[in-house]
Amino acid sequence: MTKPRMRTLALLLTGAAALAACAPKAPKILPPDPGNAVSTDTSGGGGVQGPVPGTQADFVAQMMGQDTIYFDTDKYNIDAADQAALAAQAQWLAKYPGKKATIEGHCDERGTREYNLALGERRANAAKNYLVSLGIDASRISTISQGKEHPIALGSDEASWSKNRRAVTITID
Amino acid sequence: MKLPVLTALALVLAAPLAAQQAAPSPAPAPPPAAPAADAGLSGAVSDESDWQDLGIAIPAFATDADVPTQASAGSTAALGYSVAAVITADLKNNGLFKPVGPDALPRPAFAEVQAPAYAGWRSRSAEMLVQGYVRAGADGQVTVGCYLYDVALGQQLAKAGWTVAPGDWRRAAHKCADMVYSRLSGESPFFDSRIAYIAETGPKDRRMKRLAIMDSDGANHRYLTTGQATALTPRYSPDYKSILYLSYFNGQPRIYIYNLETNTQRLLLSSQNPVFAPRWSPDGKWVLYSMAIAGNTDIYKLPSAGGASIKLTDSPGIDIGGSFSPDGSRIVFESDRSGSQQVYVMNADGTDQKRISFFGGRSATPEWSPRGDQIAFTHIAGNLRIGVMSPSGGEMRYLTDSWQDEAPTWAPNGRIIQFFRTARGSGKTGIWQVDLTGRNERKLDTPVDGSDPAWGPLRP
Repeated sequence: MTKPRMRTLALLLTGAAALAACAPKAPKILPPDPGNAVSTDTSGGGGVQGPVPGTQADFVAQMMGQDTIYFDTDKYNIDAADQAALAAQAQWLAKYPGKKATIEGHCDERGTREYNLALGERRANAAKNYLVSLGIDASRISTISQGKEHPIALGSDEASWSKNRRAVTITID
Repeated sequence: MKLPVLTALALVLAAPLAAQQAAPSPAPAPPPAAPAADAGLSGAVSDESDWQDLGIAIPAFATDADVPTQASAGSTAALGYSVAAVITADLKNNGLFKPVGPDALPRPAFAEVQAPAYAGWRSRSAEMLVQGYVRAGADGQVTVGCYLYDVALGQQLAKAGWTVAPGDWRRAAHKCADMVYSRLSGESPFFDSRIAYIAETGPKDRRMKRLAIMDSDGANHRYLTTGQATALTPRYSPDYKSILYLSYFNGQPRIYIYNLETNTQRLLLSSQNPVFAPRWSPDGKWVLYSMAIAGNTDIYKLPSAGGASIKLTDSPGIDIGGSFSPDGSRIVFESDRSGSQQVYVMNADGTDQKRISFFGGRSATPEWSPRGDQIAFTHIAGNLRIGVMSPSGGEMRYLTDSWQDEAPTWAPNGRIIQFFRTARGSGKTGIWQVDLTGRNERKLDTPVDGSDPAWGPLRP
């Protein structure tokens, strides 16, 4: 009785993730994934310590913050710190060649809404292009712009804005 | 619905004789040609005159027989009061006049509507008088008659009547307010119009953004989407039958057409690429949209009846948005091809693209006035402010001065601009409007926070 229901729920959840962290939800990167509860994997789900290798939770844990790269105001270039982060991401993606990922592009609040949609897309694409240059197949990476609609730092100051000008890579479980 | 034919006669008639009873307020910056008595409050339709000094009495509309109606306001007598109240609010809330409404005035008898008791109104220091009647028809329709009198001259200036379905009674009131406004100011009407916008709720990082619509005074408010998918940047079609907007429905930002007659929506075009910034041409035959391919955004146009898209811009930068000139021949748009957001103009076929904004800082979200004479835009130099400029990029001036104002939209008559203001810190948003003098600024009442206002045209 409860079993099939759970499975439907799990399917819905993966479906939602596949749709690229769309929607009005907060970007999913931050708190390490609660993990196993959501997994469709019935066999290995019970592990108590550490995320299952090859999952988004594992990716987040392995990246230690490098799942996100940051940009200067109105910019979308990949600087040295971004290159290091993207190299780490590429390494993980190379290790799990079956995994796909979505890159979310974001902007700070100090721009107009539509331009930020385009700018977020440009940032996500800059990150994607760099991953592709490192040998990741372009078909594995999709992009989505969230414009300025989903800040992660909530202040109205340069410290917050610099955290919000970002591209976040989210692997798809 | 009959339409009043209004001519914009220069208003020499209105020389105020007596001061209104409203307390004089020694406000700064009186306009140059201030009337002798009771000069004061700023707030003019145009820079030349100060209409707020004009005492307009708007008593409850009379009725020949107080009978029930299907209208939300109730019987014809109750409706007569409400119609006068809506007219009063229209004229007052826009900083145009200082009208006195039905609360403070005796209701004229039905027979007086066409034969005003001028002496009585003179003793109340009214210079203008708006009165009218409400009558219920046998078919359930409601007829509203609207008369404007110059009390000092003892003369009728304008009259019009409308027969409406009971549910549309507010439209008749707006039409009456439009008649008064046009006759007294010489400007085109705008009250009988609607606004689409984005209703916002929730914390800054998880704002729920829903498509919503309302009358120009905030009445008849309705949510069109549930908020499950983020909705942004609506635009009413010129015939009010549909709304173009951006939605993250299905996860990706795409443009949808929401059909207001069937309450259904469809994708404007299916694409693997993100599509945003929808716009209508003034005749409704074209849709502009912006699409990003591999991170590069360009502007396209598409026949609204269906057909192939035409690519209008082709720069390696972000070209986005766009707003047609009223005659449809040109498009003003935004591009960062120079290195930062600036405003450009091109022909409607994409030829002859020229930058027109040279003000320092960044210039964004240009919107061509329905009168054709000005372009409203967002100027970014630290703060975001609403400004206007001529179509050639001259005569730039700011209309607002706040932390973050963006996305201007024009009233149908090109005299008032709405925009949205974001609060520093909380990220809370609100819809505001300002007239072209920059002096009359006010926040609109919306049930929740609001952004991305899009003002539709005057309703027929």
